[in-house]
Amino acid sequence: METLLSIIFIYILVDNFVLQRFFGICPFLGVSRKMETAVGMSMAVIFVMTMATLVTWLLYTFVLVQFNLEYLQIVTFILVIASLVQLVETTLRKISPTLYQGLGIFLPLITTNCAIMAVALLAVREEFAFIEAVVFGVAASLGFSLALVIMAGIRERLELANIPDVLQGSAVTLITAGILSLAFQGFRGMLTL
Amino acid sequence: MQILYAIIALGLIGLAFGILLSMAAKVFAVKVDPRVDKVKDVLPGANCGACGYAGCVQFAEAVVRGEADPAGCIPGGRDTASALAAELGLEMAETEPLVATVFCIGDNEKAADLFIYDGVEDCAVAGIFNGGFKACMYGCLGLGNCVRACPFEAIEMGSHGLPVVDQEACTGCGLCVNACPRDLIKTLPRGSNQGHLVLCSSHGRGKSVSKVCSVGCIACKACVKACPQEAIDMEEKLAVIDLDKCDDCGECVPVCPPGTIYPRTAIPRNLADVESRPAAAVSEEGS
Repeated sequence: METLLSIIFIYILVDNFVLQRFFGICPFLGVSRKMETAVGMSMAVIFVMTMATLVTWLLYTFVLVQFNLEYLQIVTFILVIASLVQLVETTLRKISPTLYQGLGIFLPLITTNCAIMAVALLAVREEFAFIEAVVFGVAASLGFSLALVIMAGIRERLELANIPDVLQGSAVTLITAGILSLAFQGFRGMLTL
Repeated sequence: MQILYAIIALGLIGLAFGILLSMAAKVFAVKVDPRVDKVKDVLPGANCGACGYAGCVQFAEAVVRGEADPAGCIPGGRDTASALAAELGLEMAETEPLVATVFCIGDNEKAADLFIYDGVEDCAVAGIFNGGFKACMYGCLGLGNCVRACPFEAIEMGSHGLPVVDQEACTGCGLCVNACPRDLIKTLPRGSNQGHLVLCSSHGRGKSVSKVCSVGCIACKACVKACPQEAIDMEEKLAVIDLDKCDDCGECVPVCPPGTIYPRTAIPRNLADVESRPAAAVSEEGS
C-alpha cells in the first residue's frame, strides 16, 4: 500500500512525466492553448495510458519473458498501443457517442504520444508488479494531465497579457514551460522508491 | 531457433490484435448514411458555422435527417443549394444572396477619439473600457473583430479606421454581424445593389451626435419628410430606409445636414477602392 501511494505521489509531482522527464512535449505545447482542449486531451490520455500499461505489462510478462523475447518489447508495444487506440476509438464510437465527440481528434493523436510508450517501457524496466504497473500508468497520466491543465490555465491568461513583441507566440510559451519545469524541480528528492 | 520464435510470437500478437480489431469493427459498427458523405462533398467545407451547426459534417447530417434546409448553407449560395437538392431529390427553395454592409462612416477624421487606447486589440474589450475610446458610443472602434471573424478574408481594415467589405469575396454568412459588439454590420440582399442607406447606427440625440461625429445621423427627420415614397422611418432617433420601398430617387441625399445618406452603389466595393479615392464617396455626395 505504501509503495502504491509513493508511486502515485512520485509520478504526479516528483517525477512528473512532462515537466521532469520531458515526455509528451508535443501535445503539452500543442493542445494547451485552451482549457477545454487540454481537459479533453487529459481525459483521453488517462484512459489510454492506463489501458496501455495494463496490456503491455501482461503481454511482456506472460509472452515476451516466457520465450526470451524481451528485445522485441519496443516493436510489440508500438503494435499494442496503436491497436489499443484504434480499438478504444471504435468501441467508444458505438458505446458512447457523446464521449467520442468530446475526445474528438485527441484519441487518434495519442497514438503518437511518446509518453504512452515511455510508461509501457518504464513499467517493465522498473520491474513493477502488476498492480504497481497499473497504478504507475494512472499516476503518470494524472501527472501529464496536471502539467497540461496548469499550462492551459497560464496560457489563457497570457492571451490577455501585454507581452513584448519579441516574446510573443511560441517564445513565451517555451519560457513558461521552462519556468514551470523549474518550479517542479522543487519536489526533487522529496520521495524515492 | 530463437529468430523463429520471434517471428512467430510477433506474428501471433499482430494476428490477435488484427482479429480483435476487425471483430470490434463488426460488433461496434456504426451505420453512417452514405448520403452524408455525398452531401459533405458538395458543401464548401469552410466549417464557418453560418448554418447554425458546428461544421459542414454536422450540417450534412442534419440535411440528410431532414432537419436542416438544404438552402441553409449561406456561403455556398445558390449553387450549393441546387447541388444539394439534386443530391437528395428535394425541391429547391430560392435563397437570396446577401452581402455584409457596415453602418458607420465615422472614420478617424470624422469621428473624434476621447482618449488613446493601448489595450487588447479587440472591439468588445475596448468597448467595455470607459464606453470605448471613440467619442461616439455607437460608432466603429476599428479594432477588427469583424476582420478576424470572417472565414473568407472578405473584410479588411482600412487606414481610415473603418472595415471595408470586399463585396466580391463576401458570401453573406453573417459571422461579422455577430462578431461586431456594436451591431454595426448588417447583411442586405445583394439584388441589383439598389436603394439608399443611412450609414449610421447612432441612437443619440442630435446635439450629442454632432458633437462627436461630423457625419452621424442627428435625427432631424429631414429625409423622412423629403422622401416621396415614405420609405424612411425614425427608429429610436435613427433614420432607417426601407429598401423594399426605396426607388433610388435620391431626394433624401441633399437634405441630410451631416450627409449620412448614400446610394448603395457609392459604398466602396473593396479596400483598394477606398485607398485610391479617399473619401470620394463621402465628400462629393454629402455636400
